[in-house]
Parts: sequence; structure tokens; C-alpha cells
Amino acid sequence: MFKLEIQDLHKRYGDHEVIKGVSLAAKAGDVISIIGSSGSGKSTLLRCINMLEQPHAGKILLNGEELKLQPTKQGALRAADPKQLQKMRSRLAMVFQHFNLWSHMTVMQNVIEAPIHVLGVPKAEAIERAERYLAKVGVSHRKDAYPAHMSGGEQQRVAIARALAMEPEVMLFDEPTSALDPELVGDVLKVMRDLALEGRTMVVVTHEMGFAREVSNQVIFLHQGRVEESGNPREVLANPSSVRLQQFLSGSLK
Amino acid sequence: MLNGYGANIADGAWLTIQLALISMVLACGLGLAGAAFRLSPVRWLAWLGDLYSTVIRGIPDLVLILLIFYGGQDLVNRLAPMVGYDDYIDINPFAAGVFTLGFIFGAYLSETFRGAFLGIPKGQAEAGVAYGMRSTQVFFRILVPQMIRLAIPGFTNNWLVLTKATALISLVGLQDMMFKAKQAADATREPFTFYLAVAALYLIITSVSLLLLRLVEKRYSAGVKVADL
Amino acid sequence: MIFDYNVIWENLPLYLSGLLVTLKLLAVSLVIGLTVAIPLAFMRVSRRIVVNFPAWLYTYVIRGTPGLVQLFLIYYGLAQFEAVRESWLWPWLSNATFCACLAFAINTSAYTAEIIAGSLKATPHGEIEAAQAMGMSRALMYRRIVLPSALRRALPQYSNEVIMMLQTTSLASIVTLVDITGAARTVNSQFYLPFEAYVTAGIFYLALTFILVRLFKLAERRWLAYLAPRKH
Repeated sequence: MFKLEIQDLHKRYGDHEVIKGVSLAAKAGDVISIIGSSGSGKSTLLRCINMLEQPHAGKILLNGEELKLQPTKQGALRAADPKQLQKMRSRLAMVFQHFNLWSHMTVMQNVIEAPIHVLGVPKAEAIERAERYLAKVGVSHRKDAYPAHMSGGEQQRVAIARALAMEPEVMLFDEPTSALDPELVGDVLKVMRDLALEGRTMVVVTHEMGFAREVSNQVIFLHQGRVEESGNPREVLANPSSVRLQQFLSGSLK
Repeated sequence: MLNGYGANIADGAWLTIQLALISMVLACGLGLAGAAFRLSPVRWLAWLGDLYSTVIRGIPDLVLILLIFYGGQDLVNRLAPMVGYDDYIDINPFAAGVFTLGFIFGAYLSETFRGAFLGIPKGQAEAGVAYGMRSTQVFFRILVPQMIRLAIPGFTNNWLVLTKATALISLVGLQDMMFKAKQAADATREPFTFYLAVAALYLIITSVSLLLLRLVEKRYSAGVKVADL
Repeated sequence: MIFDYNVIWENLPLYLSGLLVTLKLLAVSLVIGLTVAIPLAFMRVSRRIVVNFPAWLYTYVIRGTPGLVQLFLIYYGLAQFEAVRESWLWPWLSNATFCACLAFAINTSAYTAEIIAGSLKATPHGEIEAAQAMGMSRALMYRRIVLPSALRRALPQYSNEVIMMLQTTSLASIVTLVDITGAARTVNSQFYLPFEAYVTAGIFYLALTFILVRLFKLAERRWLAYLAPRKH
């Protein structure tokens, strides 16, 4: 059985269709990298998975349970049952490009917030969890700092700890290193590589071809809202069959 | 209209508008002077400017009005005999109102103008100097137009507060629309009707001001990119 | 000697009891005003016009008219209606303290609602998305993330509003209450020393303003630490 399954997803803005029927499926322990040029719809696809964007057609399944959707007046789909959506979101942790840490909370408060108030974990246990995950991503020493007082790399590692503290089924990463200074990218990628080695299920939208090739076991190349090519990253990235992917790789791999 | 008190109140409304406008002119003058003092490199001038702004902004308008009108009148009449002037001096409520409101809102505007000057990027003046402008040219051609744009929101706010504060001058006997409404309310025993009517008049004055000042703001914002929210 | 401060000294107890009245009026109207302002602020950020419009109209009308007129409408105006005079509310509505608190609370609720609404609108969108992505319900998100963050960021502007309200409470002296200004008016009418009487009131208000400013600075240091520049 698949942990996460997306079937024939469509999304448009006005008349402009940005995702034209994309499917993907992740088994436990899969690391799927979604690559593509800007405007290919890769971030939108990821944001549709937890309904931060409303798709217009398609199915989303977590552990075989289908998210119930109903059409809105504008023709997009929204969750029919908010409780089901909240439950599903709490098991799909997301890491954002711009971290999106809650700025009025310290690092520790950021990490324990959702476990306590969404999952109902007792505070002492949430703190213990938070300490474990902050240590794992290497920012324990900043646990009383506020986000604005930390570097981007530290903030992103805290955001990953915040996601981990939910002990999610699947982790979604939306270009987690794109907003970082080059010298800070390595720390975050290392944390993500460790998570992959632990057998966590991850869907990663990324520009880091090294990560896609070496860490993921499946790569999806999106072009103009369609899956142009997909498969084992070592094969697909070494011998791309589509012209688009060849062009994309020659541009991004100098 | 309004049991025959309509014309009376309209007269009062005109007086309210005159009081507000003339006070605002005085307030702008005092505000600019206050801002110049506070930005001055001369220590004691800056201190004086800060004192003016802090003290006035820390005391209720009503207390300042009572202090300046009654206290001022009393003080003038205590001091006058010392310089050999023996007649009782009566201060005209309109003049006292203009002076009081101008003095109070000058303090608030000094804060607005000071902030506006400080808000102009330093490079603007430097660019003027670099192109060989004289310092007066830099001031009037570069700094003042930009300051006006930055000062408009604060100016608008102060104008609205000042307009509403004119109602307090009725308490020291100026026959503005609030005073006339009180007269009519006492005479007809219909206070709600008349106070509601002046409330509506104040609302009209503030609404029209707001519309006009928005137009001014638009005019001075040419070339400014608005943040898209 | 042209100033007479002995009278002021002798009447200091009157000023001090006036100080208590001022503080009471301020505290009561701020608490009620803030309580009303929070739901109003949420209405003001709603995209639904039937929700937003009534709140907009309320804050627009209150902010566009003088506090003095609002106070007179409630204290003198309502007595015009026989239905009000005969209702069970009359013992309250004929009481100057009650009317002053009501008028001041209404006044500050409108200004505070706009301050909080502005702060709510400025909530970084990413922080809202992060809360949604964690599976928070709308209610939980507003209670835990949006409102705490907005209220903190509203603090500097709210401190101005509190100081404006301190000044507004001086209007209570017009409807017979003996607050600080009322004490000064009493002293003036008994001894005809307007200058001394009102300067003393002014000093009381200045001192209160300084104390409030200090308190808010402390509060900002405590609750807005996350916005302060990074300390190395």
C-alpha cells in the first residue's frame, strides 16, 4: 500500500491551467524529488497535496484513506470535512521555502506548539520530543532564541525540527534551500539526507540536483504542468530521454 | 428645521470651521518651528523643542484649554497692574480658542514634521548637493516636497483630531455649533436631537476633509510604488 | 508673590481622590473597550461585506465625531426619551460614572478595533500557512497564532491609544464627576485660582503619562523582544 497517493491532479488560475493531470505515489521510505524550471507547477503541486492551494480535479490519499473533496462555487475543490483535512495535515508535515516560523514564539515554543495543541501531546512529552529533534538538526543551543535573531540556515533547521515533532507519516519540502545563502545550504541538505537514511517518506521540491540524484529513489520532472519524465534518478538524470529534461539539466548542471 | 434652531446651528458650524482652519494654520507654523528646534544641532534649542512637544502631549486638551483660557486670563490680569495697566482685560473666546488649539496641535505636528524629515533618505539631499545645488535649493526643491508626502498621513490625523477638539472651546463660551446645540437642547428639552445633529455635522466635516486630503495625498504620491498586499 | 500654592497644598487630598477617579474611569473603559474591540477587529478583516460593513460604520462614525458629543448624547441625550426614563436601565443611565464609562468604552473600542484590525491584516501570510499545514483548525489558529501575534504587534500603537484615553477621561469633569480635572475645577470655583488649579492638574496628567509610557516600554521589551534587533 502507498503512504501517499496523488491521482490525476489538475489546478488552474483563472483560465491558465498550471497542473494538467499529475499523479504520484510514495511507498513507506520513498524519497521523491520533484524538479523542473520555475513556473513548471512543482511548488503548486506540493501545496495542493495538503490543500494550501485548492486543486480543480484529482484525488489525494494518505494511507489509502481518500480526502473527501467537494466543489466550491468557483469550481475548485475544497475539503468536505474540515476535521478530516486537519487530521490529514497533521500527518503531512510541511517545510516551507521561507521557513514560516511563528515570529512571536521562541524556537522551543514553535516546535511544541502543534504537538500540544493539534495532537494533544502532554507538554512535558512535547518538550522532550522538541529537545530530541532540535538536537538532531543541530540547533539545541538556540532553543530560547526568536526566529528573527537566527540565520536562515538555523531557521530552516528549526522548521524541520518543528515538522519532525509532529512525527508525520510523510514530510513535504517546498524548495527548502532556495532562500538560503549558498554557504548555509549544506547544513540543511545534510539534515534532509539523514532523514532519508532513517527511512522517512519525503516529497521534496528542489533545485538541488545533487540531492535529487543521490538521496531520492524517484525523480519527477515537471514541465508546463505535466510529468515530462520520471523514474530512478540515477538513470533519468544520467540519460534523460526527453529533450526538455536534457535542456533543463544542461542549464542547471554547469 | 430643527424647531427653528437650524440656522443658529449652521452659524455655529461656520464658526467651528473657521476656528479649525485658523488654528490649523497656527499649528502648522508652530509645528514646523517645533520640528526645526528638535532637529537643530544646538542642544538647548532641541531640548526646548522636546519640552514643548512632551509637556503639551502629556496633558489633556480640556485641561490646557481651561488653563490657557481661565488661567491665562487670570495671569494677564495679575500681571497687567504691575506694568501700570489697570483695566480688566477680557480675552475673546475665538482668539483664545485659536491660540490654544494652535499651541496644542503645534506640539503634535512638530512630531509629525520631525518624523517626515527624518524619513527622507539621506541620499536625496546628497544627490542635490552633488549636482551643485545651494543648500536652500536642496531644502525647498528636494526636501520639502518629499516631506509633504511623508507628513500627509500625520497631518490628516491631526486635522481630524483638531476638528473634533474644537467642540471643547464651546465650554469656555465660544458660540460654535456645539454651544448652539447645547442652547437649543436646553431650550427645547430635546438634547438627543440636537447633539445627534451636531454629531452628523462633525461627521460631514471629517468625511469631507478625509476625501480632500486623500486627493492631496494621491497628488504627492506620484512616483511612489505602493506595496502590494 | 503672584502665585498661591498654599491652597493647592491644602486641597491635595481632593486631587488625590480625583486621581483615583481618573484611574478608575480609565481602567474600566479600557477593559470594556478592548473586550469589544477584539470581535470588532475580526469583523473589520472579514471579506464578507455583511460582516465587515457594520463594524466599519461603527468605527467610522465613532472616530469621526468628538468624544464630548458622544458623552453628551449618552448622558444628556438619552433622557429625552420617556421609554429610557421608565426602563430598568434608567438608574444606570442617569448615573454620571456609568455614562462616562460607557461613552469612553465606546470611544476607545472603535480606535482599538482599527488598531488591532491593522495588526491582524499585517500577519505574515507564511505564518498562517504554517499553522494550516500543521493541521490547526481555524479557531485554534486564531487563538494560538494570529491573535497573540497581532496583539503584540499592536502594542506600540495601543500605548498611544491608552494615553489618548487618559486624556479623554478629563471630559468626565463636565458631567459632574470629580476626577483630576474635576478637582481642579472645584478648587478654581472655590478660590478663584485658575492658573494654580489647572497647572496642578496638568502636572498630575504629565506624571501619569510618563508612568504609562514607562510601563508600555517594559511591556514591549517583554512581549516584543522578537522584533528587537539581534544582539550579538
